[in-house]
Amino acid sequence: MSQARKERWTAFLILLPSIILLAIFVYGFIAWTARVSMSAWDGIVPDYTWVGFENYNRLFTKAGGVSAIRFRIDLWNTFFFTILFLLGCVVVGMFLAILLDQHVRGEGIFRTAYLFPMSLSFVVTGVVWQWIFAPGAPGRPRGINALLGTLGLEQLQWPWFISTESIGPFHLALIPLIIAAAWQMTGYTMAMYLAGLRGIPEELREAARVDGATEVHIYRSIIMPMLRPITLSALIVLGHISLKIFDLIYTMTGKGPGFVTDVPSIFMFETTFQGNHYAQGAAISIIMLFMVAFVVVPYLVTSLRGEVER
Amino acid sequence: MRNNRVWYLMFALALLSVLVLSACAAPAAAPVAPAEEEAAPAAPAEEEAAPAEGGGELEIFSWWTAGGEAEGLNAMYEVLSAQDPGLEIINATVAGGAGSNAKAVLATRMQSGDPPDSFQVHAGHELIDTWVVADAMESVTFIFEENGWMDAYPPGVIDIISSDGEIWSVPVNIHRSNVLWYNKGVFADNGLEPPVTFDDFFAAADVLQEAGIVPMAQGDDGVWAAVHLFEDVLLGVMGPELYSGLWTGETDWNGPEVTAALETYARMMDYVNEDHAAIDWTQAAQMVVDGDAATLIMGDWVAGYFTSLGLVPDEDYGYMPSPGTDGSFMMLSDSFGLPKGAPNRDNAIHWLTVAGSLEGQDAFNPLKGSIPARTDGDRSLYDTYLLSAMDDFASNEITASLAHGAAASEGWVTAFSDAMTLFVADLDVATAQANMAQACVDVGVCAE
Amino acid sequence: MSARGFNPMRFGIYLLLFLFLMLFLVPVYVMLISSFKSFAEVQDLSRMWLPPKEPTLESFRVAWFGIPEKGLRGLSLNILNSFKLTIPATIISSLLGSMNGYILSKWKFRGANLIFTLMLFGMFIPYQSILIPLTRVIAAIGLGGTIWGLILIHVVYGIPITTLIFRNYYAEVPDEIIEAARIDGAGIFGTYWHVLFPLSLPGFVVVIIWQFTSIWNEFLFAVTILQRPDQQPITVALNNLSGSQIKEWNVVMAGALIAALPTLLLYIILGRFFIRGLLAGSVKG
Repeated sequence: MSQARKERWTAFLILLPSIILLAIFVYGFIAWTARVSMSAWDGIVPDYTWVGFENYNRLFTKAGGVSAIRFRIDLWNTFFFTILFLLGCVVVGMFLAILLDQHVRGEGIFRTAYLFPMSLSFVVTGVVWQWIFAPGAPGRPRGINALLGTLGLEQLQWPWFISTESIGPFHLALIPLIIAAAWQMTGYTMAMYLAGLRGIPEELREAARVDGATEVHIYRSIIMPMLRPITLSALIVLGHISLKIFDLIYTMTGKGPGFVTDVPSIFMFETTFQGNHYAQGAAISIIMLFMVAFVVVPYLVTSLRGEVER
Repeated sequence: MRNNRVWYLMFALALLSVLVLSACAAPAAAPVAPAEEEAAPAAPAEEEAAPAEGGGELEIFSWWTAGGEAEGLNAMYEVLSAQDPGLEIINATVAGGAGSNAKAVLATRMQSGDPPDSFQVHAGHELIDTWVVADAMESVTFIFEENGWMDAYPPGVIDIISSDGEIWSVPVNIHRSNVLWYNKGVFADNGLEPPVTFDDFFAAADVLQEAGIVPMAQGDDGVWAAVHLFEDVLLGVMGPELYSGLWTGETDWNGPEVTAALETYARMMDYVNEDHAAIDWTQAAQMVVDGDAATLIMGDWVAGYFTSLGLVPDEDYGYMPSPGTDGSFMMLSDSFGLPKGAPNRDNAIHWLTVAGSLEGQDAFNPLKGSIPARTDGDRSLYDTYLLSAMDDFASNEITASLAHGAAASEGWVTAFSDAMTLFVADLDVATAQANMAQACVDVGVCAE
Repeated sequence: MSARGFNPMRFGIYLLLFLFLMLFLVPVYVMLISSFKSFAEVQDLSRMWLPPKEPTLESFRVAWFGIPEKGLRGLSLNILNSFKLTIPATIISSLLGSMNGYILSKWKFRGANLIFTLMLFGMFIPYQSILIPLTRVIAAIGLGGTIWGLILIHVVYGIPITTLIFRNYYAEVPDEIIEAARIDGAGIFGTYWHVLFPLSLPGFVVVIIWQFTSIWNEFLFAVTILQRPDQQPITVALNNLSGSQIKEWNVVMAGALIAALPTLLLYIILGRFFIRGLLAGSVKG
């Protein structure tokens, strides 16, 4: 018994360095940032004078002037970016997985090609897609617009990521960014769905076929429901990436005219490290943390619970 | 099972050895021997003097990466190297955004206790409100005194780089912000005179647009060029006195002059290239060179850029004060400072001595396309444009640039940039004016 | 599926797969053709989508060696920095993750699941929310602006994912093997070293690939912590290259290819381990 207890202690001690590091670097630093977000630190020199929620207030109310306007745009941009990016990845990813699941020849080649963008840095992706979507101007089109011009499709030429058009609060300039992000991450959902599809026993489909179900019907009423947990995982993983996305937008477009492609992470970076508004930057990052936690924590808690029940 | 394990083992080993090999082999391939990554903790400012022989390292941080400015910087390095051949100069540059990227990088480096030996900073509020108040800089008054520079620099320049009776950086040049560059051929072909006033400008712009030429090129990717254009419009609309009052709280941000400036700016945006938000000033300048666009309002680093393309001032391109600003000189100055904790302080002082010397400035400025901050520059080295700038600097009303850190703190500039980012997209004058007034209040210059 | 003649359905499937293949390769095509062009040719926008008339390696030379007299640094040094950063960080975080995963799957003590969940949360946080204290702490312990500082950061924030992958991996190892080792008198370390570690190699391959790729590709930490030009890793250098005033797109594209190559090769050669890492990253193993 005491041997077992000793071993439990040893087990805990092995984990201890990691626990301490994460306690400091994750939870300690979050607390520190939260404190900064309630301080008057505005400049290079730290100033921990307590100001309560004033920095948050300035992000959400008229008192913040242009900061509040920018932050509201940022939140809308994040919202639409996330929704459309997730939709694109899930729909295209599932579609590709189903196609690949049809016992196609050369599956490996297709799979490799769909998935390879995952191995690239967002910086590389941003640089390349910036070149592709650079709009040019009428008469001297660049990028896709040049291609459209060559194909005689001038009417489709469009300012892409510098467009200030919007549908309600949705800035159309986000579309090129969503395409670039989906290009990079669709392979991930495809791989997840493919693994899921491969995990579904062939007998199940056979049985359904014997019962006279069509292939479409099999997918709709048998396979799709079985893929639901995968969809949930994919949404969580991609969702948290999308909510905090920085590298891609920073390298590809930056904030854009009228903040059409701005997101909280860029606002945070600029206001903190260029404007030296540390307290405001901290407030933005804490809000980002809450957005991510809102998505991730319930998921983590339920997976934990599921395991305990198992 | 066993078989599998062997395979995995081999995979893992092969993978590791590839990684290790590439790490070991790479140094041989690298053309420049890198400085070993010795930790660079904040060394105390009072390090013992290096041997007079010199040598060692010197890291100079700037955002000069393009054409003339990079060449000018190198010319100054050559002056330094001639005096200290053993010195290894690390040219730490961060490109992009007229220094806004570099400033972010510098801030994190300074905060991480990793200052470069010397860094480029705009003379004026950018230097003082950011770094001097943070007690991050060493005074360079002693360099000025030892070299007898107090009389070599105009008093106005000394004022800008001083606070609390100390001088905080060595200015290497003076730039002019309010210049209108134009394609002479385009103006001649359309029978137009370059515009002196805004009325001239809009009249000419209508003719040019009719002729299928972009009346004014603009490249405000990253927004600073929009702030730059707006400061020149403010100056042109309200004149030097009211303009200067904006930065001291004496001119009302809610007043009619600011409204008029915003309206003028909005009107100008009808005459710029559609992709202005996707290109930068070099691409905009190229449009003028190519004759796609007629004019460009931009600082006089454009002259340096044109020179690097082999163009001759007054022949291949024309220049004049931007509309309404005749008789005013919107100035900004690049300077180098001495951060506390510079790892190679003595080399940094040597560098600053070169940067402030006549030889250094006359090596740098003709290439950079700026005029010396000193009054005794060798006029034979400067081209027609720069000579005219020297004359104007000596005789004109001097105002401080907002976009380039002379007029206001970085926090103010950032807030102002945000207001402009919105404005260039929606051209909503009332909102922009309210945001600008609010920014002035937020920095504590204007009363509520 | 039985063999059959022309089948429109099958044809459609292949057509679609092929179309998507083309779409996915567009950026690669653009990168390749642009990087083999001269500056003069890449400026000619009417030829942007056409292959180079006279392919040249000039842009790769410039991207690799830079043009020192113009103040343009080459990427060769940054590649080296990236290796110096990525290799130690990958190895250390894999070893840590392996030990943690072992404990959390085979030696669960009370509260172990809670600790694991709290650890996992560190994988999802937006790093902005720790960035301000991080820069100050790294500076305070004397690692500001050094590769070692960045290695430490990647080791710490790599713990959650490496622990997760190993924990899921070890969960598949039957408990009986562990029991048998214990009956033979092996302790915690003995069991790990003699029983589990030899079984871990596939796990290590997955984790090493995963960590190598993510550390190599990381940007936010690098851009805030490690901006010294002689130290900065490739992602930062590439971003600076593309942000410079005169965009030589042929050089930028060559630089992007150079930056992408190591992880791309890793992926192409060891793709199936890469996919495993991907799947393991989604919490439930």
